[in-house]
Amino acid sequence: MRFPFPPILIYALRRLLQAVPVVILIMIGTFLLLKLAPGDTVDALVGDMGGADADFIARLRAEYGLDQPVWVQLWRYMTKLATFDFGWSFVYEQPVSTVLMDRLGTTLLLMATSLSIAFTVGTALGAIAARRAYSATDNLISVLGLVFYATPSFFLSLMMMLLFSVKLGWLPVGGIKTIAGFYTGWDHVIDVAKHLIMPTAALSLIYLSFYLRLMRASVLEVADLDYVRTARAKGAGEMRLMIHHIMRNALLPVVTLLGLQFSTVLGGSVVVETIFTLPGLGQLAYQAVVQRDMNTLMGIIFLCALIVVVVNFLTDLLYARLDSRIELA
Amino acid sequence: MTDTPPILQIRDLKIALPKGADRPFALEGLDLTINPGEIVCLVGESGSGKSLCAGAIMRLLPEPHVHVAGGAIRFMGDELLAKTETEMRGIRGEDIAMIFQEPMTALNPQKTVGWQLDEVLRLHTKMNKAERKARAIEMLTRVHIPDPASAYNAYPHQISGGQRQRVMIAQALSLSPKLIIADEPTTALDVTTQLQILKLIRELQEQEGAGVLFITHDFGVVAEIADKVAVLCRGEMVEQGPAKEVLNNPQHAYTRALIGAVPALTPPPVKPVTKAPVVLKGTGLKKTFAARGGLLSGKRKAVTAVKDLTFQLHQGETLGVVGESGSGKTTVSRIVTRLLECDAGKVEMDGKDLLACSPAELRAMRKHIQMVFQDPMASLNPRKRVVDLIAQGPIVHGVDPDKARADARRLLELVELSPAAANRFPHEFSGGQRQRIGIARALALEPKVIVADEPVSALDVSVQAQVLKLLADLRDRLNLSLLFVTHDLRVAAQLCDRIIVMQKGEIVEHGLTAEIFASPQHPYTRNLLSSIPGRDWTPPSFRPDAA
Repeated sequence: MRFPFPPILIYALRRLLQAVPVVILIMIGTFLLLKLAPGDTVDALVGDMGGADADFIARLRAEYGLDQPVWVQLWRYMTKLATFDFGWSFVYEQPVSTVLMDRLGTTLLLMATSLSIAFTVGTALGAIAARRAYSATDNLISVLGLVFYATPSFFLSLMMMLLFSVKLGWLPVGGIKTIAGFYTGWDHVIDVAKHLIMPTAALSLIYLSFYLRLMRASVLEVADLDYVRTARAKGAGEMRLMIHHIMRNALLPVVTLLGLQFSTVLGGSVVVETIFTLPGLGQLAYQAVVQRDMNTLMGIIFLCALIVVVVNFLTDLLYARLDSRIELA
Repeated sequence: MTDTPPILQIRDLKIALPKGADRPFALEGLDLTINPGEIVCLVGESGSGKSLCAGAIMRLLPEPHVHVAGGAIRFMGDELLAKTETEMRGIRGEDIAMIFQEPMTALNPQKTVGWQLDEVLRLHTKMNKAERKARAIEMLTRVHIPDPASAYNAYPHQISGGQRQRVMIAQALSLSPKLIIADEPTTALDVTTQLQILKLIRELQEQEGAGVLFITHDFGVVAEIADKVAVLCRGEMVEQGPAKEVLNNPQHAYTRALIGAVPALTPPPVKPVTKAPVVLKGTGLKKTFAARGGLLSGKRKAVTAVKDLTFQLHQGETLGVVGESGSGKTTVSRIVTRLLECDAGKVEMDGKDLLACSPAELRAMRKHIQMVFQDPMASLNPRKRVVDLIAQGPIVHGVDPDKARADARRLLELVELSPAAANRFPHEFSGGQRQRIGIARALALEPKVIVADEPVSALDVSVQAQVLKLLADLRDRLNLSLLFVTHDLRVAAQLCDRIIVMQKGEIVEHGLTAEIFASPQHPYTRNLLSSIPGRDWTPPSFRPDAA
């Protein structure tokens, strides 16, 4: 070895270097796209105030630096970003980083729970469906998957709200915690969990059907492969075949999808967070677009880009762990 | 032998196929007996039902679609068909072991070799971990794997094909089974490796006294290893008897046809082709698959596929390029047709360097040199009709489409297919017919040179013989020059006037086929020739009308 470092570190370092141009390109691209949209922060602020004279508007623009040509604005923003300074949110009157950090926890919690539920339940159901292919069980599971897949998440959310909150009154309608509850300790955890049940269900059910269908196809394919036959010829029982020979190999394509879907879940959480009024990044992004809060929006996009890059890296690590043929290099 | 009970006795075995298959029964009335210490070869072409017979013995048929419809399978006197699934699980791996064809896919890619050997022992014995490991390493040593301790920890993709097959054998034999079923265990291997594996199976079987059911389509392998032979034809056993009898004095017409199709190791008569003009000339060809990678991506070692290769192909001649996998023979075929850019050297055709051509010139030159590919399934576009597949080349080169299609129909006749084939799709044809289409496609541009890369290695022997005959026939009638890449020395002996023998990207020997076969000079060539299965057996020749 030329390097005294462990190879995994070198690999991580290289991935980090590769990620830099990706993130820069994303930021420049979205900045320019956002500039193409008509209206800016000042228009939105003035609109909220109910109008102002042209002089005031011009002064406000100069103050925010919006009177400069686009490429100057871009350069200023990027140089600030290079020092991890996200700027000031003129809507929230707070540094963008503070606004983001407030919201990040909720979104990550929602995403992590939804994805892990979707992944575990989806792959388990998919494996069961495949092992009993073309039976009544398989049909039931497959039809359910199709129904979840075909139902839009906003519709599912509203229907669940109607049933569990309005009719039955079991679960809270929205928010992340009971506002006047001031719970601490375990009570707080239970309170948050109760608030997250419906959003998580709404978000995970759609993704669950993806995993279910992919896993079912994957298990059916692997079950026909030669080495499964070899294991059978060794005298291995069905349980053993499933755990040691089929599942491990069948999971590979599903893990690829898991990494790819992390970014789409971020998008899906916009709808769900807005419906359930969860104070997360998705809801923040929606409001930032409406209010033309450029700095906040760019901050969210930067954060999402980072999350996707990190998740992809973790997926690759997981993939290499699962598939012995792949060597990280 | 008569006083010891047979290990396996199959009586009147019938295996039913699902409705809509080409015949109702995959196997009909098979009788077979295997005594201790006996190797019985079950021979047949693809689709003859030979692999399903193995599945029936192991009770691993894809039920309920394919199931045993009648008959008896007795193993050591016990009826296997009456056993429960749990009892069968105890028998599989312990009393009856199986070795499969594809060493590439028959081992779980995610588990180490050691884990997979360990699994058999864990399933059937009460040995503890240390004992199991010792036993696994002992088995790896017995199958002559270099450095068994490191192979124990290797993943299947880290060892070669031959070694993987050794692991399969170690796994099958680790509990000293009484019956070993080997389903085409050497088909996917190089000749030299094949011979080693055959010897290994023989050696271990003699030590253990087990019975072996050896399934194969290759009569060379049969001659190498069999005590007894049973020949299957479309699910029916047409002939059975001691190996010597069947090989040298076959009774049934089908057996005769099969044996007659085995290419004999006698090269064709020497033709005075070396006086004919040179049509294709390669000089100093080099190809290295470059090392890749750098700061931002992974590193890979450089591989030299071809180094300093020089050859000449005369008008009307067949030049064979033979060698084992990894010898660079396929790379040669791709460089010559410029499907792969090479690093240095010249390929001259009529004095014009093909490798220095501009893209436009190259397109014009392409029609002089055409290729026939190995896999007739994968090399024809499944969405195009046969006539379009053949006419496509001429149309691209500016021939009037109607005329090109008419020519295509004529070509189908030339390759002995009915003109009605023109409007059908590739999947409607058998492997041999598809390869004929591939040949017609290559001929459509009236090339001077045809480069054939293993054109018959995916075909059954009888079909192989027909396609070879067709190629030889067309070559003589159209005065074609053939560059024929093959790993099969029997095939090379049939067709090639001259051969070049390649090893690790270099020519180790070249000359007239007859001379090389009679007195090979290089040790590698000698090794290759002495590894041909059944080289001491000359297939008896039958007049075609007798068969």
